[in-house]
Amino acid sequence: MKLLVTFSRKEGKKPIIAQVVRDTGVLVNVERAVIDSSEGEALIDIPDESCRVVKDKLADLGASVRILEEEISLDENECVDCGACISICPQEVFSFDEEFRLRVDAKRCVLCGRCIEICPHRALSRRIES
Amino acid sequence: MKKTIHQINERIRDGNARVVTAEEMPALVAELGEEGALAEVDVVTTGTFGAMCSSGGFFNFGHADPPIRMERVWLNDVEAYAGLAAVDAYLGATQQSTTREENYGGAHVIEDFIAGKAVELRAISRGTDCYPRRTINTDLLLDNLNQAIMCNPRNGYQRYNAASNSTDRVLHTYMGMLLPGCGNVTYSGAGLLNPISNDPHFRVIGSGVPCLLGGAAGMVIGEGTQASPAAGFGTLMVTADMKQMDTEYIRAATMTGYGVTLYVGLGIPIPILDIETVRSTAVRDEDIWVDILDYGIPSRDRPSLGKVNYAMLKSGRLEINGEEVRISSLSSLRKARRVASELKKWIESGKMVVCLPTRRIDPARRAGPMRETAQGPRVLEIMDRRVITISEDEPIRDAAKKLLKGETNHLPVINGKGVLVGIVTTYDVSKAVVNPDKISHVRDIMRRRVITTTTDEPVDIAVRKLEKHNISALPVVDKEFHVVGMLTAMDLGKLFGGRWLK
Ligand code: SF4
Ligand code: SF4
Repeated sequence: MKLLVTFSRKEGKKPIIAQVVRDTGVLVNVERAVIDSSEGEALIDIPDESCRVVKDKLADLGASVRILEEEISLDENECVDCGACISICPQEVFSFDEEFRLRVDAKRCVLCGRCIEICPHRALSRRIES
Repeated sequence: MKKTIHQINERIRDGNARVVTAEEMPALVAELGEEGALAEVDVVTTGTFGAMCSSGGFFNFGHADPPIRMERVWLNDVEAYAGLAAVDAYLGATQQSTTREENYGGAHVIEDFIAGKAVELRAISRGTDCYPRRTINTDLLLDNLNQAIMCNPRNGYQRYNAASNSTDRVLHTYMGMLLPGCGNVTYSGAGLLNPISNDPHFRVIGSGVPCLLGGAAGMVIGEGTQASPAAGFGTLMVTADMKQMDTEYIRAATMTGYGVTLYVGLGIPIPILDIETVRSTAVRDEDIWVDILDYGIPSRDRPSLGKVNYAMLKSGRLEINGEEVRISSLSSLRKARRVASELKKWIESGKMVVCLPTRRIDPARRAGPMRETAQGPRVLEIMDRRVITISEDEPIRDAAKKLLKGETNHLPVINGKGVLVGIVTTYDVSKAVVNPDKISHVRDIMRRRVITTTTDEPVDIAVRKLEKHNISALPVVDKEFHVVGMLTAMDLGKLFGGRWLK
């Protein structure tokens, strides 16, 4: 399950995620993180069953947490199977099958948005997970 | 053994012709031998589906009442060229909408028409005695037009160089998004399925031969613009009726940061007349080589990072400088195959027959660069030669003084040998004053990543650097990285002061 964590850094640089791992013992996978001097945002992946404890711990530490329900979605009517998205995705979400049809492994996506921006046929978008 | 076009068409009409796609042909030739393949195969079908910017179409809208001689024409806010007779216009695929910019353009109008959607026509005129009307505004369907004739000046590029990017920033090009540090490679083209690759000497492809264009029965007009078959880069000019087209084979697209383009499906049947046509259609992806060009270099003659063939490109991965990188195609191989197999069906069922060119294309043609009589301005001509620099060992205070005295916002920083090592701006100095901490020397506050230009760089490219990095000055350096001038936004003002604009 993916959680989007936003935290303020005003009170100094607390190692929030490290602290969560230490206190809960849950192994957290950081998929994307943008941190500047006043604010940070991280996309983390955790086992579904640990959701509660991780969420609570993060809230205790002053971070706001949102369960990410969106995923990358392909409009097959617009896609022409060009493959322009394949080499630019940092997560290797896209590949071709033997017939050169585009294959999407949405589970790996971290929603960086790059493919949405560059698909020449505007076939990719964010969609709420079904 | 030889076959005539007549014999082949006879077999097509009888439903006995043996038709294979260009992808099936190499194995067949390997199996049967050249003579065997010549006896067996009548037609090889080719196909390609990719971005073909040089595309568009002629429209005739019919006369309104009272009639108008359209001088300027917009279709869904995309301007079409109306310097033709009263109600004719040519719409180019890459022309962008005046309201929606790169999200909508001529290609989208064409796709919308073919998809059966209504398109708004707007036109203006100054009015004449015979054509008194001055404006018109109406919604049109493709069926409402007298003609909608696609006429693409440059389609079906025989092959196209692949692209990569050695710089440290992302590039948005017509070859798609190119990641920094040669982080990916992009390419276009169907390799062995490409029509011209199956007839590189134009023995059977030429004026008047049939083709499948956008899903419609079309025709090759002749040599395409910028054709350079002698260098292996042949192109074709093609035409077909948009009213017969299908959006399965024609799609509008936007190359982000570059602009609108049209994805075109084009296939040409190759009649197998003799051993030479057998040989040319036995071409394999391994035989078609291109360079990987470095799009990080903004000049016409981009350096090559290496050679690759289409088999390597289609494999999806490649090694550059010892690193494995992923490859993206921009054209669609799956659709190219569909074009070739659709064409195969057409010929097998007798829906299309073959013919020889009425006028041949010259295979020895080579495209040349533009002759430029006036060279655009170079940095040397407008740069500021009064360079004030500062050494990295000086105190920040001195930098502040120099900035004030020199009435400049940028100070290039040099080391003991006079080599450029950084830059400080008024902003960096002010910041240092606000947060005095422990920093005291220029070295502590300078930015080490300096974007530079050279004296012989065209001003347009320097301007692009300023825009891209959102900065307002570039140190001009020589080969040893000594600062010889500064180019600031202010110097650019000189360009518009009348020295270059006549
Ligand atoms: S870039 Fe867009 S059109 Fe091309 S394969 Fe990916 S999703 Fe499909
Ligand atoms: S948003 Fe697109 S590019 Fe980014 S990780 Fe997801 S699939 Fe890959």
